[in-house]
Amino acid sequence: MTTGVVRAIAVSVFRESVRDKVLYNLVFFAVLLIAVSYLLSQLTAGQDMKVIKDLGLAAMSLFGLFIAVFIGIGLVSKEVEKRSIYSLLAKPIGRQEFVVGKYLGLLLTLFVNLAIMAIAYYAVLGAVAWVDGAWFRPHWEAPAVDPMLLKAIAMIFLQLAIVVAIALFFSTFSSPMLAAALTFGLYVVGHFNADLKNFETVVDSKPVAYVARVLYYLLPNLAPLDVKSEVVHAVPVPATYLLLNTAYAVVYISVLVSAATFIFARRDFK
Amino acid sequence: MYAIRTEALTKDFSIGFWRPRAYRALHGLNLEVNPGETFGFLGPNGAGKTTTLKLLMQLIYPTSGHAEILDRPVGDVSVKRRIGYLPESPYFYDYLTAEELLDYYATLFGYDSVERRRRVSALLDQVGIAGERRLPLRKFSKGMIQRVGIAQALINDPEVVFFDEPMSGLDPLGRREVRNLILSLRDRGCTVFFSSHVLSDAEALCNRVAVLAHGKLVASGRISDLQAFDIRGWELIVSGLTPESLERHRARAQRVTLLGEQRYSLELPLAPGPEQLLRDLTGSGAQVVSLNPIRETLEDFFVKTIAEQASERWSGTGESRKQS
Repeated sequence: MTTGVVRAIAVSVFRESVRDKVLYNLVFFAVLLIAVSYLLSQLTAGQDMKVIKDLGLAAMSLFGLFIAVFIGIGLVSKEVEKRSIYSLLAKPIGRQEFVVGKYLGLLLTLFVNLAIMAIAYYAVLGAVAWVDGAWFRPHWEAPAVDPMLLKAIAMIFLQLAIVVAIALFFSTFSSPMLAAALTFGLYVVGHFNADLKNFETVVDSKPVAYVARVLYYLLPNLAPLDVKSEVVHAVPVPATYLLLNTAYAVVYISVLVSAATFIFARRDFK
Repeated sequence: MYAIRTEALTKDFSIGFWRPRAYRALHGLNLEVNPGETFGFLGPNGAGKTTTLKLLMQLIYPTSGHAEILDRPVGDVSVKRRIGYLPESPYFYDYLTAEELLDYYATLFGYDSVERRRRVSALLDQVGIAGERRLPLRKFSKGMIQRVGIAQALINDPEVVFFDEPMSGLDPLGRREVRNLILSLRDRGCTVFFSSHVLSDAEALCNRVAVLAHGKLVASGRISDLQAFDIRGWELIVSGLTPESLERHRARAQRVTLLGEQRYSLELPLAPGPEQLLRDLTGSGAQVVSLNPIRETLEDFFVKTIAEQASERWSGTGESRKQS
């Protein structure tokens, strides 16, 4: 695999995403967040900081999810549908480089998006702390501009990285609509995956429990990557926990991208 | 060494969702194209031309058979460095300008920024869209997109170029420019393989042609050598014919058309040859405006071949019955 080729494809994905009005979504998000934060700081007493932190992180997850799914699915299917892939694959690139380049390009887009959202988020937290800090600071569980929030943001990024890999995987062989539905479905299932692990405590049937256990290992386990509540409530999140979950995400993504490459490499573009 | 070689190249597509059945789009194609040749790949719509080109670009995989470009298997990255490809009715990224698109493709070949800029500028000039280099591609007309498509196929100064219907979407001026471009590629030793359903394009440009119908190779060779395109008569345009001379030729002609004052078009049989005709005419004081051979057109050839294949199918004796 040639690094230069992968980089060129990734940069082109980023350029496409930026020109696809994703940035306008971001501006909208930032403005919305600021407005809502201001309103909430007017309505709540003492809990304002916690609510703003929760809301901001949830908004980052949600907007990130939309970007990951909708752009992630378009990455491959649009190229195939509009046939721009014909001239591209005639260039000295392998299909593997195409898939990996597309994936990394969207990760770059997500990273930049999340970084801008995080800056807006910290700016709002700083502004609220500066305006209301003297009154409410004693009630806060954690400082307003808390660096620990970055842990939650990093975990959101990992979740989205898995979602992009799922979207990419489905878009290599199914229609965009089906791929979007399946990706959203897996995102939701991924947050309740832990229930499958101990399914034998709920059902008596051994085969059912066995199938549930297999599904537990096959489906993405996204709930452990959600540490929003912990950081907002100043519950410590150990570095080893983050590292282990990062390793899980990397392995899961590698398997998905490899599977996507395997399918894509054998596909006919009729 | 062959620039392009295919051996029993066959492609089946699966049709139908619930009860899929195989549809054979290409039947055991054998083709050999020499380096430096301009090769016309002719056939009506649905003949299998694009399928063949996609197989050569490895956009689809063959059901059986084998294809090589420059003595290497198709799809080999080292081969892709040495070829260019213009797809049929190409589409490129809306959000890019022509300059950005060519620069992106040049990056994939590993050229540095100075080299990329040089190649992009030269090609934009060559295909006549230098003035629109910074315009987003979504604002381009079909003909302009076709020109961008030709430019991107030449970004690496390829040894072998594949053009799928290169004249499609172009106005007469554009067609002439593409013809000149193909001739200039030929002059500098580039192998050009292009598909078309227009015989005159092939006649003007090609060393050899292959004719495809219903996924089967039905003829190949030099156009002048192909029995299918033999001369079947002469079209003579003359003025100043005397009434006696007109009557003498009218008796022989298959068709006589008055074009203008004292100007006639005569469709004459193959024999006697043009030398005899010219002697007769100049002897009687007529002026010869033009004398052209009448060949069977590609369209006539297709219609005849398709009719033959259909009758083979219905009679149940043809090979096509077994394959369908």
